[in-house]
Order: sequence, then structure tokens, then C-alpha cells
Amino acid sequence: MGLKQFNYNLRRFVNQIKPNVMEGGKFHAFRSLFEGFETFLFVPNETSKAGGVNIHDSFDSKRLMILVVIALVPAMLFGMYNIGYQNMALGASMGVAAKYTGFWATFAYGLLAYLPNFILAYVTGLAIEFTVAQWKGEEIHEGFLVTGFIIPLIIPITTPWWIVILATAFAVIFAKEIFGGTGMNIFNVALITRAFIFFAYPSVISGDSVWVLDHTIFGLGCNLPDGATCATPLGEAAVTGATAFDWNMVWGFIPGSVGETSIIAIALGALLLIGTGISSWKTTLSIFAGGALMAFIFNKTGDTQNAVAMMPWYQHLVLGGFAFGAVFMATDPVTSARTETGKWIYGFLIGVVAIIIRVANPGYPEGMMLAILLMNLFAPLIDYCVYQTNISRRAKRIAKK
Amino acid sequence: MSLFSKKNKEVFTAPLGKNNPVTVQVLGICSALAVTAQLKPAIVMGLSVTIIVALSNLVISLLRNTIPNRVRIIIQLVVVAALVTIVSEVLKAFAYDVSVQLSVYIGLIITNCILMGRLEAFAMSNGPWESLLDGLGNGLGYAKILVIVAFLRELFGSGCLFGYRVIPQWCYDHGYLDNGLMLMPPMALIIVGCIIWWQRAHNKDLQEQ
Repeated sequence: MGLKQFNYNLRRFVNQIKPNVMEGGKFHAFRSLFEGFETFLFVPNETSKAGGVNIHDSFDSKRLMILVVIALVPAMLFGMYNIGYQNMALGASMGVAAKYTGFWATFAYGLLAYLPNFILAYVTGLAIEFTVAQWKGEEIHEGFLVTGFIIPLIIPITTPWWIVILATAFAVIFAKEIFGGTGMNIFNVALITRAFIFFAYPSVISGDSVWVLDHTIFGLGCNLPDGATCATPLGEAAVTGATAFDWNMVWGFIPGSVGETSIIAIALGALLLIGTGISSWKTTLSIFAGGALMAFIFNKTGDTQNAVAMMPWYQHLVLGGFAFGAVFMATDPVTSARTETGKWIYGFLIGVVAIIIRVANPGYPEGMMLAILLMNLFAPLIDYCVYQTNISRRAKRIAKK
Repeated sequence: MSLFSKKNKEVFTAPLGKNNPVTVQVLGICSALAVTAQLKPAIVMGLSVTIIVALSNLVISLLRNTIPNRVRIIIQLVVVAALVTIVSEVLKAFAYDVSVQLSVYIGLIITNCILMGRLEAFAMSNGPWESLLDGLGNGLGYAKILVIVAFLRELFGSGCLFGYRVIPQWCYDHGYLDNGLMLMPPMALIIVGCIIWWQRAHNKDLQEQ
């Protein structure tokens, strides 16, 4: 059966079950679920109503979201490998050897550890989305496709399962559905999930003992002795002093939240996102510029006793969630500034604020999450100012004539 | 007119439900967020406000025909301030630890919008008995929301009720953790928001078009 034949049969099958789930059909309770999958499989062929001025591009938001997901895949795959690598590396340093070693055993360990978080985040979020869509009689919003993919990437691998569910549910309900669903939210939903965990259960997302799994999974990996801890480089800098720059910080072989460690994997995603024009290069570039500048200023003028302030500026940019946030979170088209000038300001301030939080507040070794959430709040104001400046400039130009 | 006529009953019960000062009029939110981390201070706060609203309503209602219109706010404030001072002193004398927990919020009852709102909107134009009922109703309506919020916050925030542990140790041994966000004021605001949501969803009269 060729691909074309398969495609034809699939379309026929979808068309056959369609009457059953539409209003009045036997299974109308599954209407939103059906529509969700139908539009996922096939580009909808509806056109604008007469009188409308909009043109439907076949590249709709579902196609856009799936590209973002593809861009996230390198970071996820590397994150899985790193989960296994960190467990075995810490084991080796404490004299515990894993039964199976090698690339595939390491990767399989990470995959098994990662999968539950991934499934839980998706099931929780989609269940809420589908229920709300069915209840309100709307189409399901596809925004959770990306959110659900990001959530397990920005939390430590040791996060308890029930906290993943609770935090995802909280974020989807209170950061998204309350504001009216996809495209209406003020804050980045995935970041609200992380912020919820950060404020509600600080012990599972900060400190030294949450970044590396300490037990075997189906015989893979190794059981670490009690009290085996491993700090992230940023956490270490805040407590005991910064470690020198190391290329592993770029490759990603350091402890941290699952997807944030490898700059190389994130850069691959960035290439795809920026190359296809989905995310704005202006936002990403200005975040790095703002972060570099602020870190450089701290390097030159900061308190020499403060190890984080003295950390070289390039090291600030590769550690923690800075790069991940700059590429995947801050560029979220819904919550970022929309005007082109606004994107420069918005991004630059995210970079600056993130470094200020890292340096000035020893309680929060990672500032990227709070910086992005803060600037999400200011994005509409930035846009407003840009519009107003433009309007008054043009008004002046007319007055001159 | 009888003391418990239908109208008087309505005056007392409306603030408990359909015309709740916190969830419908959205007054007194500040203290509702500040004192509800635990049940005990929330109850004391709710009772204090009830007593003060009821008595100040009564006093102002008795004086209402002699108060010159131009200085009425000052006179209302003097009455409220006197009552707040009395309540504050009583708490310091008989429930010192609670009064320390509530700190400035007892003194700040003076600025609670519910008080001035009821005095202006009701006591200035109604008889003493109705005013007393209205004050009691509004105070208890406020206390009711405080207790609900404090119950949820103390239960999920510290696993306790009235300071006694109610979530069994077994849960903690199996990985349950107290929710630190519950102890912070933002979560109180979200809970109040949820109560408003629930109330509006169940009450057609409160829904906007």
C-alpha cells in the first residue's frame, strides 16, 4: 500500500466516522477529540466566509506547532542521554558501577526516566483542554502540543509524578483557560508550570539533590548511596563559588533541568525556528545581547566577593536555562512583544533582568524563568509604547507639512 | 413592623450569599489575603470585623439625624476608630498571641472598605435595628469567606487545622509535600477568585450579559 493509497484510506475512514461524532450523532461527546485529530492529520479545507478580509494559509497553527516540537527534539534527545550520563558519572565518582554501560544503555535509562513525565504532562494538559473544548462547544486548541512538550524539559528529572500533574493542571487552568485559551494567555503556560513548582514545592526544584536520579530503572543505571548530591554549576556558584569555564557546559554534560543543558542541541532548534521564521531572531539575539552586557557590567563593577557576579559573561549565557529560555520560551508568539521594535526592547530586558536576578538574589540561582514571566507582563505595555511613539512621530510629520 | 420581618431577614442574609461583601462587592480583599494563612487568626479577624461593623452601624444609625452632612466621614471615622481601639486592646489583653499574629491588620480594620461602605450606604439612611442586622450580616459574610480561604490555605499549606496536624505522617513518608504557594498571598487571591467563579456560575443574577 503506497503512501497515497494510505492517505486516501485514512481520509475515507475519517469521513466515515465523522457523522457519528458531530452534534446529534451517537458519540457527540467525543466531537472535540475527533476534530482535534482530524485537523491534526489533515489541513482543514475551509475557506474564509464571504465578506471576510483574511486569507487562510494552509500553514495553520497546528503545522506551526509541530515545527516547534521538531525544533525541541534535539534538546529532548540530548536531555535523555544526559539523564543516564549524569547518573552513571556520579555513580562512577562514588565507586558504584552500572551493570550496563555504553551509549544505548545510557540513553535507554534516560528514556525510561523521562517518559513518565512526558506522558503525565501531555495526558493532564490534553485532558483539561479537551474537556474545556467539549464543554464550551469549541474546537480544541492546539497550543498544548508545544506546552506539553516543553514542560518535562524544564523541570528536574526527579520531580515527583503527582507534582508534574498538579503543576500542569494549575498552569493550564489558571494561566490559560481562564484567560480564554490558546492565544489569549498573558504568561507562558509552560513557565507557569515551572513557577508553580518553584514556589509551591521549592525543595523539589532547587538545591543539590534533585538534578540526578539516584536509583536504577529496570536494571539500568546505578543505585547511588544516600546523600549523593550534585549541584548545577549555577547553584554551585551561588553557594561555594564558580567553577571555571568548561566545554562540557556547551556540550551539555552537566546536571540541570532535562532540556536546558546542551547549547549545541538548543542551537539546532534555534536554527530551525529562526530559519523557518517561526520565532523572531530579534528576540533571541537581543536576549543574548542584554544578558552579555549585564553580565559584562557585573564582571567589571560587581562585588568581587560575589562569585556569580564575577562569573565570565560568556559562561552566564551557556549555563542554566538562559539559552533554552531565549530560544524556546521568550519567543512564544503569544506572550512576547509583537511589534518589531518591541521585540528588541522585550528581549534585551529579559537578558538584563535574568542576570540581575542571578547576581543580586542568592535565593534564586536561576533568573531566566522569573525574567521571562516578568517581561511577559510588560510585553503589551512595550507594544503600546511603540505604537504610540509611531503615531506621534507620524502626526508630527503631517503637522510639519 | 416586626423585628424579624421578611425585609429584615433579607438585610441579614443577603450579605452572606448573593451580596457578599468580599466575593460580590469585592471589598476588604487586602485583609482577606493577609490574615488567612491560618484558621485561628482568620476567625478572630472575622469576628472582630463583625463586632466593629455591627456596633459602628448601630451607633451611626442612632446619630444619623444629628450628623451634619459635611462632616459625616470624620464622625464615622471617629466611631470606627474608637471601636477598633477597644477591640485591639481587648485582644491584647485576652488573646495576646493572636493579636501578635494579626499585627497591624486589627488596626487597619479602620481602613477596611466594608466599614465605610456599610456606614455610608446603609446606616446613614436606615434605623438602628436594621443597621445592626446589616452590620452583623456583612461582618459574618466577610468572616465566612475568610474561614473558607483560611481552611484551604492551612490544610494544603501546612497540613494543619487550628495548628493541629491533620494530614497523616504516612502521606509525608510517601512523598507528599506541603504546598508552599498556599502560604503566600497570591494563592489566597486565586482561591478568592475561585470562590467568586463558583458563586457566579451557580447564580444567574450575578452573571453579566
